[in-house]
Amino acid sequence: MSINHRASPFVGALEKDPKISLIGTLAMLVEASGEFDLVQQGRIWALADALSSWPNVQEAVVGVTNVMLAFEQPPDDIDTLAADIIELWHRLVPRNADGKLIEIPVVYGGEFGFDLPALTVRSGLSAREVIRIHSEGEYTVCAIASSPGFGYLHGLDPRIFMPRKSVPSLNMRAGSVTIGGMQTGVAALTSPNGWNAIGWASVAMFDPGREQPSLMAPGDRVRFRIDRIEL
Amino acid sequence: MIEILTSHAFNTIQDLGRSGARRFGVSTSGAMDPVALEAGNALLGNDGDAASIEVQTFPFRLRFHADIAFALTGADHDATLAGATVLPWWCMRAKAGDILTIGSPRRGARVYVTFQGGIDVPRVLGSRSTHLRAGFGGVEGRALRAGDMVPIGQSRGDTAGRVDFGAEPADVAIAGTDPLENRVLRVRVMRAGEHDLFSDEMQATFWSTTWKISARSDRGGYRLTGGKLTLAAPVEMRSHGVVAGVVQVPPSGEPIIQMSDANTAGGYPKIAAVIQADLWRLGQAAPGSFIVFSEINYHDAVAAMAPVSGYLARLRATADLYRAL
Repeated sequence: MSINHRASPFVGALEKDPKISLIGTLAMLVEASGEFDLVQQGRIWALADALSSWPNVQEAVVGVTNVMLAFEQPPDDIDTLAADIIELWHRLVPRNADGKLIEIPVVYGGEFGFDLPALTVRSGLSAREVIRIHSEGEYTVCAIASSPGFGYLHGLDPRIFMPRKSVPSLNMRAGSVTIGGMQTGVAALTSPNGWNAIGWASVAMFDPGREQPSLMAPGDRVRFRIDRIEL
Repeated sequence: MIEILTSHAFNTIQDLGRSGARRFGVSTSGAMDPVALEAGNALLGNDGDAASIEVQTFPFRLRFHADIAFALTGADHDATLAGATVLPWWCMRAKAGDILTIGSPRRGARVYVTFQGGIDVPRVLGSRSTHLRAGFGGVEGRALRAGDMVPIGQSRGDTAGRVDFGAEPADVAIAGTDPLENRVLRVRVMRAGEHDLFSDEMQATFWSTTWKISARSDRGGYRLTGGKLTLAAPVEMRSHGVVAGVVQVPPSGEPIIQMSDANTAGGYPKIAAVIQADLWRLGQAAPGSFIVFSEINYHDAVAAMAPVSGYLARLRATADLYRAL
């Protein structure tokens, strides 16, 4: 039987067990229970680090409080594998956000920060105040996902929270510094994008020719520095 | 070297895809019908992963600038080489100057043109597949267009060997699900993480609906119409990794099946996932065609790959014998 079935012994057997489910025969999703926080995310990084060296694991893909394993071949014994992962989860020491510090100079506002006016309206803050708050934060890279080199950054000041757009901007430029809900990020590709652009950074977030193609990695810290303000 | 003479949108260079780079946010890309790609490569004695041209808009024309053996696999189509008919699922040797023309498929969506020696564009992150969204792989990270000169690699085997033979098409040779019933493709899926969040009624709708692959479908994903799957209460999902074949249900209620160029992350409830043994068949399903889902468990889903692997192994062994004749 598949562990995705309700009768599975491993789904919700203990409240603090992660939920484990299959996505077909070649992928398994491990989701931590409970709310998002950096400690829980640190356990996810540690889990991904450990699982990446397990046999038959092609890669461990970090998400937000979850890890997806991609397998080389369908595992022989799914239930034992799931049990081993749960056992590992409970004895893991979380990894701290101990990656490199990335400083990103930002041109705030201007042609590419076209959602800054809407954010000032929403927050009731001046543009300079929004920019000060955003540039004073220190952010943590939770996961790289969605497009090549795109990091989900945690640590946004709730005063400059802004929900994602229901209709994406059609051609947001690569390097756009954006806010999506309680997260911020730097658009890695020029493409449709539902996040809110408040500035632009001349930083190559992704280069497939580099040994580490993505500038950011889970556990890195990011600071945005005011390069220029164009209002 | 080959020269592209006519290519409409979205014809790209693809191999079996880019694995191991999801953690950098890089989707796998790769042939939508990997069985057809591997079969073409087997006919020519290439590695199964050698890069090909995936043709999905027609007509497509190219000119050979050297004597090169090639194969056509995938969708059932009409093709000519220097004016003479070339059968689908066939390999032959072109002479320098010959023009290959591939017409619209009668059945299926994608034709694979493989070349002895494979297409020799640089590997990026381990693969030659075109990643259109990020603009790398293939030829300059973009779709092919008229005037492109595409390099063909050195064959690892004996290029003097015999060509001009064919193979039984995969969808005919490989027993799997009941084949097309009234041109409806039956696709086997396993339940996925949020299947049980849907009510019994919604689950029944999922399994009983004949879904149409909408016109808004491409290598990134197939959007299905014909029913709506709604949840009693919305579910807040956190962004997580997904793989091709996952069937997600966005708030609109119309499911989306992620395909080769899908985003690495998803955040919609997942009701099911198409199994590997059927994903290549789905890769040949054209917009406007119909599918139904049937459930399979993990054990049977794994076992379902045996006929596919067996087909490819037999095809390779037979082709190796033919070439040696």
